[in-house]
Amino acid sequence: MRTVGRTESSLLRDAAAIAAAMIAVGASFGAIAVAYGLPTWVPFLMSTVVFAGGAQFLAVGLIAAGNPIAAVLAGLLLNARHLPFGLAVSPTIGTRWRDRLIGSHLMTDEVVAFTLRERDPVRRRRTYWLIGVTLFTSWNAGTTLGVLLGGATGDPATLGLDAAFPAGLIALILPSLRDRDTRLVALSGAALAVLLTPVLPAGLPVLSALLGLFVLFVPRRRKPAAPPRRESGDAAPAADSAAPTVKEASC
Amino acid sequence: MLIAVILTLGVGTYTMRLAGVLLGDRLDLSGNLQRLLPTAAAALLAALATTAAVTEDAGFAGIARPAGVLVGAVLAWRRMPFVVVVVAAAVTAALLRMAGVA
Repeated sequence: MRTVGRTESSLLRDAAAIAAAMIAVGASFGAIAVAYGLPTWVPFLMSTVVFAGGAQFLAVGLIAAGNPIAAVLAGLLLNARHLPFGLAVSPTIGTRWRDRLIGSHLMTDEVVAFTLRERDPVRRRRTYWLIGVTLFTSWNAGTTLGVLLGGATGDPATLGLDAAFPAGLIALILPSLRDRDTRLVALSGAALAVLLTPVLPAGLPVLSALLGLFVLFVPRRRKPAAPPRRESGDAAPAADSAAPTVKEASC
Repeated sequence: MLIAVILTLGVGTYTMRLAGVLLGDRLDLSGNLQRLLPTAAAALLAALATTAAVTEDAGFAGIARPAGVLVGAVLAWRRMPFVVVVVAAAVTAALLRMAGVA
């Protein structure tokens, strides 16, 4: 009983931490949109209808630069990762139409990371909705704050928030990286994404991380699926390509 | 015009979100494929975290941010609470910038 209580309160504490960061980044989004000279309804509409931070920052920049078509295309490309995310959290959201329609809109990187960190289906479900609603609320509250305060909100980089989000994601996916196959796929995917970032448009490098899945199909000598433990020599090429990111992502 | 741009982006994003959720149920994937999905999501999240940590606009993100993320990652590896990881990463990056390290 005590254990349940503790993990429950730790989930709430984690939710509060991510909410605080979302308010700050949302505020900077609202402030930047207004600073670009866009009408005040633009950040509000984006934060409620699009609800995807990265795509929103990218889109307001391109709209302000007079390139609305590029804003749509780049935003959609950046958000394409939500399709595989949807596949992964589909069992958690369940089959009720109300849940699917609302739950889909709440889907973000952080929600998916928080959800997949849990093992138990009931806790996954609770986590998805709790974090999803928390993030939607705090993101929109932050946007409002930013529009109202304008330039007074300052640059989120001054507070180090640009480092907080990647670190938070790493903390959330770390437990799943203790599984050898997942670790190989994730690290080679991350390495590939970093290498491709200078040459591909935003969104594609992250999607290319899915190619990391091919590491699992590197021929192995014995059991094809989920062997207990392999000799280190087996998946040598995969281990090689994963090596560079071990330093960046998890050391 | 502006409203059409935002609505298109919003509807398109929502469609991809919903498509994944609906397909996940429809495809009736085999057990092996089903197990790949969380792995695929982990790969995407790892790529997102790593690119966000070390790159900015197709270039290198500088020192402060990757250093902050690295501190956070080490603490996460040591199984520190999520809040500690996030705050330590932010504080490290902020302090480095205050000290003039970009």
